[in-house]
Amino acid sequence: MDFFRQHILTIVAFWPLAGMFVLLLMNKENKALIRWWANLVVFSGFLVSLPLWFWFDVSKSDQMQFVERHIWIATLGVDYHVGIDGITLLLIMLTTFLGPLAVLSSWTAIENRTKEYYAFMLMLQTGMLGVFISLDFFMFYVFWEVMLVPMYFLIGVWGGPRRLYAAIKFFLYTLVGSVLLLLGILALYFTYPTLAMQNPELAAQFGTMPTFNILAFQAMGKYLSQDFQWWVFLAFFVGFAIKVPMFPFHTWLPDAHVEAPTAGSVILAGVLLKMGTYGFLRFSLPILPWATKHFVPMMVTLAIIAIIYGALVAMMQPDMKKLVAYSSVSHMGFVMLGMFALNPNGLNGSILQQINHGISTGALFLIVGIIYERRHTREIAQFGGLSTVMPIYATVFLIMTMSSIGLPLLNGFIGEFTIMMGALQSNIWWAVAGGAGIVLGAAYMLWLYQRTMFGKNENPANQKLLDLNLRELATLVPLIIVAFWIGLYPAPFFKVLDKPVNKLVEAISPDYFKGEVPKAASAGETR
Amino acid sequence: MGQFFNPQDLGAIAPELELMLFGMILLIADLLVENKKWLGLISLGGIAWSGFFLYRLHDSIGSGIYAYGGLLTIDHLAWTFKLIFLIGAALTVLISMRYLDIEHEQHGEYYALIMFATMGMMFMSGAMDLITLYISLETMAIATYVLVGFLRSNQRSNEASLKYFLLGAFSSGILLYGMSLLYGIAGSTRFIDIADALDQRSLNDPISLLALVAVSTGLFFKIAAVPFHQWTPDAYEGAPTPITGYMSVAVKAASFVMLVRVFMIALSPLHQYWTIILSAVAVLTMTVGNIAAMTQTNVKRLLAYSSISHAGYILLGVIAAYNATVTGLTAIQIYLLAYTFTNIGIWAVVVALRSREMIGEQIYEMNGLAYKHPTVAILMLIFLLSLAGIPPTAGFIAKYYIFAGLIETKHNTLAVIAVLNAAVSVYYYLRIVVAMFMKESTDKTQLSMSPGILVAMSVALVFTLWIGFYPDPFINLARELFSS
Repeated sequence: MDFFRQHILTIVAFWPLAGMFVLLLMNKENKALIRWWANLVVFSGFLVSLPLWFWFDVSKSDQMQFVERHIWIATLGVDYHVGIDGITLLLIMLTTFLGPLAVLSSWTAIENRTKEYYAFMLMLQTGMLGVFISLDFFMFYVFWEVMLVPMYFLIGVWGGPRRLYAAIKFFLYTLVGSVLLLLGILALYFTYPTLAMQNPELAAQFGTMPTFNILAFQAMGKYLSQDFQWWVFLAFFVGFAIKVPMFPFHTWLPDAHVEAPTAGSVILAGVLLKMGTYGFLRFSLPILPWATKHFVPMMVTLAIIAIIYGALVAMMQPDMKKLVAYSSVSHMGFVMLGMFALNPNGLNGSILQQINHGISTGALFLIVGIIYERRHTREIAQFGGLSTVMPIYATVFLIMTMSSIGLPLLNGFIGEFTIMMGALQSNIWWAVAGGAGIVLGAAYMLWLYQRTMFGKNENPANQKLLDLNLRELATLVPLIIVAFWIGLYPAPFFKVLDKPVNKLVEAISPDYFKGEVPKAASAGETR
Repeated sequence: MGQFFNPQDLGAIAPELELMLFGMILLIADLLVENKKWLGLISLGGIAWSGFFLYRLHDSIGSGIYAYGGLLTIDHLAWTFKLIFLIGAALTVLISMRYLDIEHEQHGEYYALIMFATMGMMFMSGAMDLITLYISLETMAIATYVLVGFLRSNQRSNEASLKYFLLGAFSSGILLYGMSLLYGIAGSTRFIDIADALDQRSLNDPISLLALVAVSTGLFFKIAAVPFHQWTPDAYEGAPTPITGYMSVAVKAASFVMLVRVFMIALSPLHQYWTIILSAVAVLTMTVGNIAAMTQTNVKRLLAYSSISHAGYILLGVIAAYNATVTGLTAIQIYLLAYTFTNIGIWAVVVALRSREMIGEQIYEMNGLAYKHPTVAILMLIFLLSLAGIPPTAGFIAKYYIFAGLIETKHNTLAVIAVLNAAVSVYYYLRIVVAMFMKESTDKTQLSMSPGILVAMSVALVFTLWIGFYPDPFINLARELFSS
């Protein structure tokens, strides 16, 4: 048990990969065994990650916990260095939670080259977890890029008709961003030793040797010159904004989402997009505080454009999956808006909304996937009145629609509300624009629901559709439960986020908490 | 310096002497041995034997041995490059044995020529003098011209050889012209004397600049940098595939070590100028190589253009090496080491695709390889990802080092151009991946594996991943140059 506790992050992250190697030994004709095994691996992977939630010390949620550190490439100063704080705890739980659901959803959908499919899914899972646990920038980058390969194959082999185009677009787009990110990382790497020599405080804590330690970079943030921050922020911005994706870098997303198999879309929307926002939270904000504030107008403008534009385009889509994909653009705009409000409410909401988006959009992709498996079309015009033949399906769809548009009692409301509070504190017009986005969001989702579920079921092909089976329910019910949990009792989530968020705000605006006695005190403790 | 010949100097060139010896043995054995396959094994033995001498030399290098009155040096840079040449030669022999059978061209000269070419390269890596440099360069080049045209009944091969020979001779002429100017300036052929002489002249001296331009042009021809790259695709396409692999790794590495020594030592006083020239050429080389590779349908030509663009990255390493010697020179060595293993791995797969029934050079001939030979397809995938610079492969560490060198020396614009090029290059590497994994297989896709190819592939794979996951030993090897 002690061993498990000391290495828990490593075990959680590499669990799926270990499962993949076993899977590779299996006979590719034995599809049942492969399916059972892959499901077992990801589900047990979730169970293995559960102790993180219980062992995590909330009172120190702004500090890295479960830290493990070994020298990896000594000549470059690269370490195997992992650890999580409150923010990554939630993202990791989201990843291990969505993984099993995505894998389970592909049970009947993937008949072709099953073994390779599940191998790539497992590899992807490790890649994503690796990104979130890395405390070494080099290691982070390795995982960040490695993950592209399985996703590329998932889209390119098991995707829709335009899969080759979508896959290469996804790969190239993301790669262009990543390589610029790498230059930013290198710039920090070469600046650190000089700064550490000049600032004994830094040297005392992290030494003067070249390092990729993310914590050292964060501590270095306040010493970096403005000019330097400006450039590095730009490099990071391209890398992360493509991943989020922010307007105008979003064009790969509808293609990738529409062509990807259902599970791929779920993972893509649920977890992969969060890597971009996580990048901003973990790197851009604390390492480049001056540039962060400097670029707020640009970031917020782009976020608001994404919110409105994404919603408007979503409204016009004839294809259900494409609609959900564009709704992602809009929702991620909210996440960015909250983040760059740069106050505790905005950031709290932004992070929680990332989780919410993973849950509701993940669920919506599952829902679209289920109807696609039955009818092999996703065209909205093909459907109508489905609630008569598929009542359970319609109910689940309704709940998730409500969650997506932010109805009170459900998770989306909490996230959007907190973001709006944050935006309001910063600038009333941001909140107005966000509000317009919420209205539009309600419009396109409800309209979609109305066109597919209500009305008369006239299309003969739709009259004998089967309702959800047990397996499909099993993929959706956990999402509904969490949606209600966050909607009704979000306190545990905010409790985990509170301190890391305050620390972030303080890193960017050191004076922010001056005058607010209780919060300043709690922030003072953590120093 | 002392006297010109010192018996101890023989020890310093023992690895080269062994290669020469075995080259001769091969020529004689060709007359005596009935089963020509043995010749391949003999040459492998020769390379191993030479490698043994190289290994023994390692500990006595210190900060560099000077032999033959300073004509030749054995420092750690030379040592690492000699290792690269031997690895390249050994892997080439491994993938050649079966190939020559299929082409009905199993002759002893083939292996002997590889030995002689490798010997030339090894001398090149230690040359500190224009004459030594030129003679060893021609030893390598002439052997390679013959190897390119080795498929004598094949028109493409003959054409490639002639083209390569003509342009090679032409570029040697230009190089020689530059060298003669340098000699005229310095009155000596030693790099160090040339550097001194150039240092004393004014920076804008037209003769120095003319010499710089002529020498660089000659060198750019040899490394196939744009705009002097036109011979490469033809020569690569026509040459026997294992020789293409050999040219893309060993010959290229040798040309680079020559370039590094000439620029970093002899021409170092002119670095203000050559940094500009190299930057422009490097950017052109990467970009043109990448863009041209995108439209190729023939795998050999595609890889030829890819190899051109890789030369561009390595040139960036040379630029970085002037101000950040440690990072820059380490980058060049790691890059070429990684590139050697990865590229030979790829060529091994291409060679395996060549069977009696098909040439296996078109991209579509790889269609559906993943269905029929999943292991080979995955190997190819790993090698391609390594060429593209995706972690955790050797290619990533190599590119990382190049980028690091550029950032360290504040060549930010170059760094941005380089990384964008790296991203673009993924497009055409993925075209091969698409063919292998995402297209339906044709009946034609089949492999002719042999033990040699299998060994070469495995070695390439192990090192591609080893350098990718744990590059420490290799970085230390490359850095020994500076520790002493």
